[in-house]
Amino acid sequence: MSASFATAALGRSFVLDPTSGDLELVPAPAAASRHAALAEHLRASPKLACVTAASRLELRPVPELAPTGVAEFDALTGGLPRGCLTEICGPASSGRTSLLLAALSAATRRQEVCALVDAGDSLDPQGAAASGVDWNKLLWVRCASTLRSAAGKTAGDPWEQRMEQVLKTTDLLLQSNGFGLIAIDLSDIPLTSARRIPLTSWFRFRRAVEHTPTVLLVVEQQPIAGSCSSLLVNLGASGKLPDLQQAPAGPSHARLLQVLHATAEVQRSRLERKPTQSTRMEFYSRPAWAG
Amino acid sequence: MPFACIFVPDFPVEAIVRAEPELRSQAVVVLSGKAPLEKVCALNERARRMGLEIGMTKTQLEACTGVAMRARSPLQEAAAHAALLDCAQSFSPQVEDTAADTVVLDVAGLEPLFGALPKIARDVARRASELGLETNVAVAPNPDAAALAARGFPGVTVIASGMEAERLGELPVSVLWDGLSPHLSPHEKGEKDEDDAERFLDTFQRWGVRNLRALAALPGIPLSERLGQKGLRLQQLARGSSSRTLKLVQPPLLFEEAIELEYPVVLLEPLAFALNRMLEQLCARLSSRALATQELRLRLELETDLCPEDSAAPAPALPRCFTRTLRLPVPMLDAKVFLKLLQLDLKAHPPGAPILKIHLAAEPSRPRAAQAGLFVPAFPEPEKLELTLARISGIVGEGRAGTAGLLDTHRPEAFRIEHFAPQEQPIPPLGEPRGNPSNGTAHSSPITALRLFRPPLHAEVTLREGKPMRLLCPKRKDIAGEIVWMAGPWRSSGDWWEQEGWARDEWDIAMNRENSFVLYRLVHDLLSGRWMVEGAYD
Repeated sequence: MSASFATAALGRSFVLDPTSGDLELVPAPAAASRHAALAEHLRASPKLACVTAASRLELRPVPELAPTGVAEFDALTGGLPRGCLTEICGPASSGRTSLLLAALSAATRRQEVCALVDAGDSLDPQGAAASGVDWNKLLWVRCASTLRSAAGKTAGDPWEQRMEQVLKTTDLLLQSNGFGLIAIDLSDIPLTSARRIPLTSWFRFRRAVEHTPTVLLVVEQQPIAGSCSSLLVNLGASGKLPDLQQAPAGPSHARLLQVLHATAEVQRSRLERKPTQSTRMEFYSRPAWAG
Repeated sequence: MPFACIFVPDFPVEAIVRAEPELRSQAVVVLSGKAPLEKVCALNERARRMGLEIGMTKTQLEACTGVAMRARSPLQEAAAHAALLDCAQSFSPQVEDTAADTVVLDVAGLEPLFGALPKIARDVARRASELGLETNVAVAPNPDAAALAARGFPGVTVIASGMEAERLGELPVSVLWDGLSPHLSPHEKGEKDEDDAERFLDTFQRWGVRNLRALAALPGIPLSERLGQKGLRLQQLARGSSSRTLKLVQPPLLFEEAIELEYPVVLLEPLAFALNRMLEQLCARLSSRALATQELRLRLELETDLCPEDSAAPAPALPRCFTRTLRLPVPMLDAKVFLKLLQLDLKAHPPGAPILKIHLAAEPSRPRAAQAGLFVPAFPEPEKLELTLARISGIVGEGRAGTAGLLDTHRPEAFRIEHFAPQEQPIPPLGEPRGNPSNGTAHSSPITALRLFRPPLHAEVTLREGKPMRLLCPKRKDIAGEIVWMAGPWRSSGDWWEQEGWARDEWDIAMNRENSFVLYRLVHDLLSGRWMVEGAYD
């Protein structure tokens, strides 16, 4: 409940009259006494005793940031905020999964227990190990279409079933506490299905993860959590072919997939007090055999 | 040297009531014998007050209302006896398994540990009550005096040294009958003992000896002339002056509870009630021995299928058993967690037939000793994590949540899902650097990840000079078009010495999509000749 606010530049203050409920513009000295009277009124009223005046509300502390291990990304965002929902979105081959595995690798290196809710069941365990993920610290939940009809075919919308599994599993993981990073991989989910996740679910996740040291990371094609996410980073393919510089004209067996270029842009961040300026950067990923 | 005796009055009734605590406020009789000739073999105090007696038939009982009738259960009596021994063992290692309903323990030297003798007796009674048994506990200078006092006096009794004859003197002579054959329960004694007891009681009745004080006051030599050595032995018991050493037992660490259900249980909910009681008893027994468990074994005896009516001589069908084993990553001792885990497990693996008997055993192990360090990251509680994993497995299916165990082969998809049981990082000794040196902040470019399509997408590929030039996935319309860049092929094969050999060529390809490129891994299976899109680089 907003009780009062000051317009210091004019030397006057708007003060809420506790009896009439009207706002009045009064000189600063009178405003001080009015503030004291209002505070006394709030204290005296049993219903309003627990209400903190807006002028006395504390600033929300800046969340701790967990580095992803990708220098360029950490330079851009500072890392993944703990106790917040972070969205990383982008099309195929834009480096989403590489970034996800890098974040998981960094978290498991910090001895944190992590969980990956894999909606599309598309994680390559060998690739994850090559990225440095410690499998002893990672819980992999492979969602699947389980309901089958008598004919053996999947009954109903398979993506709906998977989305339901994702939501239930994430709820359970958030309730069990103690995870350093919980990642939800929705990259393979069609947009139409992903957008059917009710906003209340994202609000619930945000509330559940708040005040915990857990990073809640969602990887998807397009933003779907709305205002619930504290950090939204949009990835994109750079449009460069993988080995354009290395072996442009050689035979195919002489070429190698050496680097995958990607761009990252912060679209929204609540971590700073000022409005976020959209900033872009480029990063690249390298194949596992490159060492 | 003081001894304590724990005696369970109406033991068969207590064994039943231990499994069904709601019966404690009712009149309960236990029936034994074959139907329809069952007779009362034990009853509780409330039933006695109603005028019921041992030996009454079931037909006579049916005239009374408000009486709970239960069949005698050797399984539950065995579990109750094991609990009694656990109770005694939790106080002293020197325990005598005197009878099914009686245990004597040596309490000498326990005062510095547990307090004065009255406090020890009260603690023993309370511990037995926690294990579901209402007991009489007596402490006396010798084992027989303690046993007589426990059988004769309700509640907790402490007899000081030199006061045995005076305190035991109030007891009726009939209490000695139980002391004659201490290794048998009243219901297991032979006919000879029973005849002897009746003969002695008749004799004492005729002599006007009503209580132990009167028996103790009889002159010894005339008593021996008339009743022999047994008479003298009885007099020694009555005076509280007999002395013997305990026959010590070391009960095996077997923690098993069993229940015979009155009627077959079909639904999981009533089964959960029974399991809850058994788990609470098991946890109390484990706790009394300062142990935990890492493995729970559930065995359900199921109702057999009825024989078809037209069969001339139906063979007696053997009871079917349904067994589930719950292995835990760390030793635990939380009945609620166990119950939930069993419920989830039974929900995923239903028994498939009505349940007649439940056996639940716990494999004992040393409790987990863990101390969290100040600099160790937060860690999920093992109990909570185990429950979460079981619930997640119930949602996504068994074997779909866990950690990936990588296999030492180049075969694609070479991994297996293993149980997720993260180990807490041990606290390094003083003087050693704490935490990971890299601290998770090693900055470098990430490894290009491959997103797998499970199963791989079948592709129709157009070749030119043996190289893929155009691709079409019938199941994914968005993966179609010209291949604008390619690298490969890279050939690999393996397991050719087995039936499931594999050989394949891998290509990395790029295709145009919306002003950028998408990279795929294209696989040509050399054995089947099929082309597949295995995944996309992302």
